[in-house]
Amino acid sequence: MVKKVGMEVSVAIGEAVKLANADVIAAYPITPQTHIVEHLAELVADGELDAAYIPVESEHSAMSACLGSAAVGARTFTATAGQGLELMHEVLYVASAMRLPVVMAVANRALSSPLSVWGDHSDVMAVRDTGWIQLFTENGQEVVDNVFCAFRIAEDRRVLLPVMVHLDGFHLSHVIEPIVFPEQSVVDKFLPPNKYPLPLHPDKPVTMGDFAPPITYPEAKWAQEVNLRASKEIILQTWQEFGKAFGRHYSPVESYKTEDAKVLLLTMGSFSETAMTVIDKLRGEGRKVGLVRFRLWRPFPFEEFRQAVKDAETLIVVDRALSFGGPGGPVCSEVRSALYGEAKKPKVVSFVAGLGGRDITQAGFETIINKGIEISQKGSQNEFEIFGVRD
Amino acid sequence: MTKPEGELPWKDLEIGAIVTEPGNAAQYKTGDWRSQRTTYDFAKCIKCALCQIFCPEGCIHQNADGYFEADMFYCKGCGICARECPTGVITMVEEEE
Repeated sequence: MVKKVGMEVSVAIGEAVKLANADVIAAYPITPQTHIVEHLAELVADGELDAAYIPVESEHSAMSACLGSAAVGARTFTATAGQGLELMHEVLYVASAMRLPVVMAVANRALSSPLSVWGDHSDVMAVRDTGWIQLFTENGQEVVDNVFCAFRIAEDRRVLLPVMVHLDGFHLSHVIEPIVFPEQSVVDKFLPPNKYPLPLHPDKPVTMGDFAPPITYPEAKWAQEVNLRASKEIILQTWQEFGKAFGRHYSPVESYKTEDAKVLLLTMGSFSETAMTVIDKLRGEGRKVGLVRFRLWRPFPFEEFRQAVKDAETLIVVDRALSFGGPGGPVCSEVRSALYGEAKKPKVVSFVAGLGGRDITQAGFETIINKGIEISQKGSQNEFEIFGVRD
Repeated sequence: MTKPEGELPWKDLEIGAIVTEPGNAAQYKTGDWRSQRTTYDFAKCIKCALCQIFCPEGCIHQNADGYFEADMFYCKGCGICARECPTGVITMVEEEE
């Protein structure tokens, strides 16, 4: 029988990594990710998880150790947040370019300065182009489920790419939720042993991440791009297989009450659950509003996204990061770009809200929706609207 | 490498551009940015091998007659061999287009 337990989401991630039988965890603690790696360190120290836990001196070293570990074919996990993710930055590109299936949970956090340990998506957006597969989650169950999926996707021979599983710092990482854990045998069946095809081994020497002069570098980069785009099919298949085995279903763009909706709100991460409550309220008042969320951020699900919003008149995008001096929210910028060539598309309105852990309440989402509708009808002088900042 | 690197299409690269043939860096021509090349007056050569010992590239080898000569596939034209040669066998000359 499957167990439903009340557990802090960070601790639940540790339990999921244990069920996934990770071989190596190399991590540096940083708020709000700390409880994830703290729990894993305990599991390893107590002999409950037969893995090597490498306590490193920085996130740069954490990711570097993960490269070595994944390169010998070990199932490799790490986690970080905010400044830690930024310190990893250059090594993130290496993990994806060398096609190393590292899985990383990111407890999304704002960036300094001013110093903030609270959540937003500034850290994610800064690593958008690092070539990792990136999944967003909205509650504890989704994180646990997608840890299993992430390992299977990453290690799939047709993919072989690192995967980030995003969860909102504090708003998700530190809450206690009811979570269903599968039996070990079910996880083992879903997640076959890692068989990295070209591991570092003295019997068959290989060179990883070698020197590429201009005569070979563009071919290497194009191969990487084609591979990341092609991974979408495997991600979809994996979620389908997961649905069959576990009864919970995931898709790259999740829609909520979007049938016949004239107005769509677009969110990512745990705030989507607050937004859903608001959609329910407005539907109750007879208003034709719905919600779409990106679950898959990279590779960007172009077809699924266009399909999800094509019948709407207004699309209101809520970003939790700011592209300074740019078009406003990074998500909205990509949304506009994805829709630019479409004959039939909604008017897109951009909001930036919830920076540095500021809540977006139900009333807040309602205001955003009402103001978004007004802007789409009357127009605005601005590329985007900042929401909730005191004048 | 099955093909010269300049002919390899992206589909033929190993995953992650991993190199599976150990030592194939030897096939990479590193002598193409040289601005000077060596010339030899072997009549003065005493076959002492000092040029070979001093060559930082390790690209000087004995030819069929036992004289020491730089391999132009790797030689960077640094001129250390010419400076160290005790009998003045080697003269550096400008590379012509």
